[in-house]
Amino acid sequence: MKREPTIRLADLAIGYTTRHSVKTVCTGITETVFSGELTCLIGENGAGKSTLLRTLSGFLPPISGEITIMDKPLPVYREKELATVISVVLTEKSNLQNMTVEELVGMGRSPYTGFWGRLSAEDRAKVGKALEMVGITGLRGRMVQTLSDGERQKVMISKALSQETPIIFLDEPTAFLDYPSKVEILRLLGRLSRDFGKTIFLSTHDLELTLRVADRVWLMSKPGRLQTGSPENLVIDPETGRFYFRP
Amino acid sequence: MKRPVAVGMILLGVSILVLFFLNLLLGSVSVPAGQVWTILWGGEAENTIWQNIILKSRFPQALTALVAGAGLSVAGLQMQTVFRNPLAGPSVLGVSSGASLGVAFVVLLSGRLGGVALSRLGYMGEFAMTIAAIVGALAIMLLIVWVAQKVRGNVTLLIIGVMIGYVATAIIGVLKFFSAEEDVRAYVVWGLGSFARVSGGQVMTFVIIMAILLPLSFLLVKTLNLLLLGDGYARNLGLNVRRARMSVIVSAGVLVAIVTAYCGPISFLGLAVPHLCRGIFRTSDHRILMPATLLAGAALALLCNLIARMPGFEGALPVNSVTALIGAPVVAVVLFRRRKEDMGE
Repeated sequence: MKREPTIRLADLAIGYTTRHSVKTVCTGITETVFSGELTCLIGENGAGKSTLLRTLSGFLPPISGEITIMDKPLPVYREKELATVISVVLTEKSNLQNMTVEELVGMGRSPYTGFWGRLSAEDRAKVGKALEMVGITGLRGRMVQTLSDGERQKVMISKALSQETPIIFLDEPTAFLDYPSKVEILRLLGRLSRDFGKTIFLSTHDLELTLRVADRVWLMSKPGRLQTGSPENLVIDPETGRFYFRP
Repeated sequence: MKRPVAVGMILLGVSILVLFFLNLLLGSVSVPAGQVWTILWGGEAENTIWQNIILKSRFPQALTALVAGAGLSVAGLQMQTVFRNPLAGPSVLGVSSGASLGVAFVVLLSGRLGGVALSRLGYMGEFAMTIAAIVGALAIMLLIVWVAQKVRGNVTLLIIGVMIGYVATAIIGVLKFFSAEEDVRAYVVWGLGSFARVSGGQVMTFVIIMAILLPLSFLLVKTLNLLLLGDGYARNLGLNVRRARMSVIVSAGVLVAIVTAYCGPISFLGLAVPHLCRGIFRTSDHRILMPATLLAGAALALLCNLIARMPGFEGALPVNSVTALIGAPVVAVVLFRRRKEDMGE
């Protein structure tokens, strides 16, 4: 799969605007994310990982700077259009009930379905493929409330795949999972990015695992700084290495 | 549509027909079934009194119950989905309190200001009460919509809605305190809720309004399905969450406003029927839940109306008591059985 720039950030400043003030979390981000790669965003709590992800998904306006997604500025995208370019897996744990895995993954097709949201035969086939790509075809008839946390995470990833977007953002997909499941999910995401040329960008707290699976690591540190590099480079660098190996 | 779903829908449809006919058949005056059938199809009955009872009393009442039950249940389903709260219902946003407030103003203040107790005005009084209820309910709904634009969280909005309801109730309390006894009585009777109050021409108006509003609420099924996933996912799937939330609140609010205006505040149906349907059909898909809720709401309202009018009670039971007495155990049984099935899996 080709390695192409899909997300370009130019002098981006992120943060929150409230009625009275602007709280800037991180400034001067000039970076590129590539397709076919697994990019991991690490950093302490409160460093701004979620803010960055929310800004990139279009949930939050940037303070300043530009975000270009697939050669087009993010603000130019219409809601429906953006839904076919970026899909997300969020931390918010919805208390969905009485919905089968297949139905939930089918929701990923909704940017493409008509007024009533009916799935065509083609949509169903794509749902089937999304289940297969994650290896959860066996779960298709299960009710979502009966799934384990790991299974549920796979279902949400499968939903993102059925959305057929070139870019997938995941906010701490490995939180709440036991160690083997963490490894499994990250390996899966690495494989999806390489085999299908997806741009996968995720935030995580699992440092050692990112060293093993990430193609590129973004490290956000508290005073609003962002450093990027290959996992090895970040470990070798004396400044960022401290983040990995703390006394 | 899968087969069990189709079967369920057909069963609900048939039960509506049966219950509707029973509503015409049963009552304090016994009319032979054959005669009811003839009258229903426009034939001449052997006894004009029977004809009057069926056409002027039982038929409008059954029709009102059917439509009101459907409307409240659909509104309840919409509220529960948009607030992602199983305890949400038509009354949570203070819309029905708004209707009560409107009626309270008219009923309780007219005696004091106009010098005529509204309760003695008959048909004009009824009409004034309906208008007052619609105005009151819609006013509160607009207030809620305005608040919904300002606040972000669903829970905040829900709490504000409940608070508005309390304020309305408090104002009603004050009004009651300063009113003549017979006006208070008229207000209390209105507050008990009834499918029988709507008379003659008003029934047709009510039915026509609801026949327009209910299909309109069906237009929101895809929106509601997306809202189930939570705001973040819904937005990522291309939904304008703010606009969606607003349309659902307006849709549900208007339904509740109209039903409350014509029937008084009917409790419980709107809360219970969506749970009942989720339990029966075991789905969260609004393409199934919407029609199911509509049908089940209509059926349950007809059943409650029938029980409220059972021989022996002679119309003495307020519908509100019956909806809760019948509805609560039914819902509890369905939910309990489902819980056990889930554990067995």
